[in-house]
Amino acid sequence: MRKIFLLLAGLFLINNASAQQSNMALVKGGIYTPLYGIVEQSEVKIRDFYMDINPVTYADYLEFVNKNPKWQKSKVSKLFADGRYLSNWENDFSAPKEFLDKPVTMVSWFAAKAYCECQGKRLPTVDEWEYAAMASASKKDARTDILYNLSILRSYEEPKTFMKSVGLSKGNFWGIKDMHGMVWEWTQDFNSIILTGESRNNGNTDAGLFCASGAIGAKDMMNYAAFMRYAMRTSLKANYSITTLGFRCAKDTP
Amino acid sequence: MTMITAKPNQFKGYSYLLILLSGMILYACTQGQSKNTGLSKSMKDHSKTKVFGEMVAELTSPPHVPPPIGNRPAMKLYMEMEIIEDEMVMADGVSYVFWTFGGTVPGSFIRARVGDEVEFKIKNHPNNKLPHNIDLHSVTGQGGGAEASFVAPGHEKTFSFKLINPGLFVYHCATAPVGMHIANGMYGLILVEPEGGLPPVDKEFYVMQGDFYTEGKFGEPGLQPFDMQKAYDERPDYVVFNGSVNSLIGENALQAKAGETIRIFFGNGGPNLASSFHVIGEIFDKVYVEGGDQINYNVGTTLVPAGGAAILEFKAEVPSNLVLVDHSIFRAFNKGALGVISVTGEKNNKIFAGEIMEGIYLPEGGTIQKMPVDGSKVTQPSPMNKSELIEAGKKIYMQACFACHQSNGEGVANAFPPLAKADYLNADVNRAIDVLLNGLSGEITVNGKKYNSIMPSQQLKDEEAAAVLTYVYNSWGNNGTHVTPEMVSKRRKK
Repeated sequence: MRKIFLLLAGLFLINNASAQQSNMALVKGGIYTPLYGIVEQSEVKIRDFYMDINPVTYADYLEFVNKNPKWQKSKVSKLFADGRYLSNWENDFSAPKEFLDKPVTMVSWFAAKAYCECQGKRLPTVDEWEYAAMASASKKDARTDILYNLSILRSYEEPKTFMKSVGLSKGNFWGIKDMHGMVWEWTQDFNSIILTGESRNNGNTDAGLFCASGAIGAKDMMNYAAFMRYAMRTSLKANYSITTLGFRCAKDTP
Repeated sequence: MTMITAKPNQFKGYSYLLILLSGMILYACTQGQSKNTGLSKSMKDHSKTKVFGEMVAELTSPPHVPPPIGNRPAMKLYMEMEIIEDEMVMADGVSYVFWTFGGTVPGSFIRARVGDEVEFKIKNHPNNKLPHNIDLHSVTGQGGGAEASFVAPGHEKTFSFKLINPGLFVYHCATAPVGMHIANGMYGLILVEPEGGLPPVDKEFYVMQGDFYTEGKFGEPGLQPFDMQKAYDERPDYVVFNGSVNSLIGENALQAKAGETIRIFFGNGGPNLASSFHVIGEIFDKVYVEGGDQINYNVGTTLVPAGGAAILEFKAEVPSNLVLVDHSIFRAFNKGALGVISVTGEKNNKIFAGEIMEGIYLPEGGTIQKMPVDGSKVTQPSPMNKSELIEAGKKIYMQACFACHQSNGEGVANAFPPLAKADYLNADVNRAIDVLLNGLSGEITVNGKKYNSIMPSQQLKDEEAAAVLTYVYNSWGNNGTHVTPEMVSKRRKK
């Protein structure tokens, strides 16, 4: 009897939570092996979490800076955002009109983090992001699907995708949209590979990303796509504000 | 080996041995003295060479080369390079998103002197999607600068190095996935001149080969995406000089005058293929093998590895169109590895007189010849009707013509004009006969496109010429003219 009650309570909670998390999708956790590893890569356990369906847009971000003046273009601390922060905004209060439904870019990691925290959310971790991003429209893990990988690779090559509007593409297995083919996205621990010296070549992290082992390990398309993301993340610092880099938020399940 | 056969127990034997030995020693000495010294006069250690003054280095886009360093001392050099990802033309009607150092493929040419201290700024354009870096093979240090120059879009990095080895070196992007960055065009050349510079020449050119992997086959129109699988399998659709099928032909042909000395800085960006580089109609007087110190003389074809380079020098003796090819020849005629140096000026019949006379070759010397019937030659003296001409003409076409005009008569864009539905051909049959008999050079316009190349005169009998022309006129939508041996004979006598 008690068990049933718990189960019902649990169901209620989930339902309740998902109702609350409008514009977010529930990603069921699991165990998977990230592909950035070359050798000795261990499995990673992902807990259930919510993730924004769409990347944060200019319109969303405008609302945020209106409420939080310290993140306005002219007021932001230079420690937390470099000179390119919101550089296509005319002033503190007006995002470029034709961009309102497009993913906000030229925001630093600090700014993205602050944005998510103001919504009661957080940035996804690299592992969470990669876990959610390996899903195609029909499969949780589409990393062995050649066509899916090809489409990702192709989208990475397409120029000026940061000028696309969010939400027009089909969602993936979890209902999340535009993880590929629009903008790169900030993650909570984007620089963790470098900082932790992740098990590659006895702590020589560069080798994995720059040269030889990048070639040796990368046998399939998915690795190539992953390499491009990891290379991108590795090139970043937290105050960088880049034209092709936006973000979306995540949230723990209750 | 001779020493072993000499008998050491005889005085005479000893003296022979001595002579042989001394000969060998002498030989060894002269070998040492006459060692081909190319770029560097000695193995001087340039890591301590002092620099005098500073300047901003001029970088040039291909096929141009910055001015020689001449006699200047080692200096502090400042240089900047911008990385741009952009859609550009690969061939007529075919575009590709190239990743470039300086907006061109290959990237800007860098010219410096041994001992120079370079402060290098690399800028990644804000609209670019990817981080990049640069690995210069001329740099002694971690990754050739790859790590120090790793830069996110919308940012710039500055790093510095001292050039301590002279030579011609490749630079390239080394960001993961490295193969893809190189396959998309991220490579170029840096020349580090020796003290006092390279000997002066009249013309210098910058040419670099690269292989490209597109989803569509060669010539398939539209924006072609990169094909990772083909790159992985090393099956390129395009092998080109300076980033495009058209970069060195037609109006883009390199220009020189007869009598000028020419130096080509030739690099091979790869990513996969080695180049069998050859210039049709010339001999390299000098090859700085692999861009290093060793000079080889009188070379026809030189092998340039992927990620390698060579300096090639020759004198353009007579007017002609010199054709640059990768002599892995299907790449030249079917994948785009073809360029032209157009040499103008006075003829020199001592060096090249063209065809002097034509005769009949009788290999067995007898009076009555039995010609072999192998089905590939038109040997029938009896007059042929139109359909026989067409059939015979097709065989001749497939021997003599198809390599340039292609088996479907479509030619090769910008290099060889089409015959299929060709206005130039259909307009004037006598002109077509003349072209076949006498060859054709200079600019012509076929179906609205300009071509400027050379077709040699064809050594064909009247019947053969008539056959091949009739075949061409009755194929691929042409006007069906029936060319008879008599028509050919008439034009020949004119």
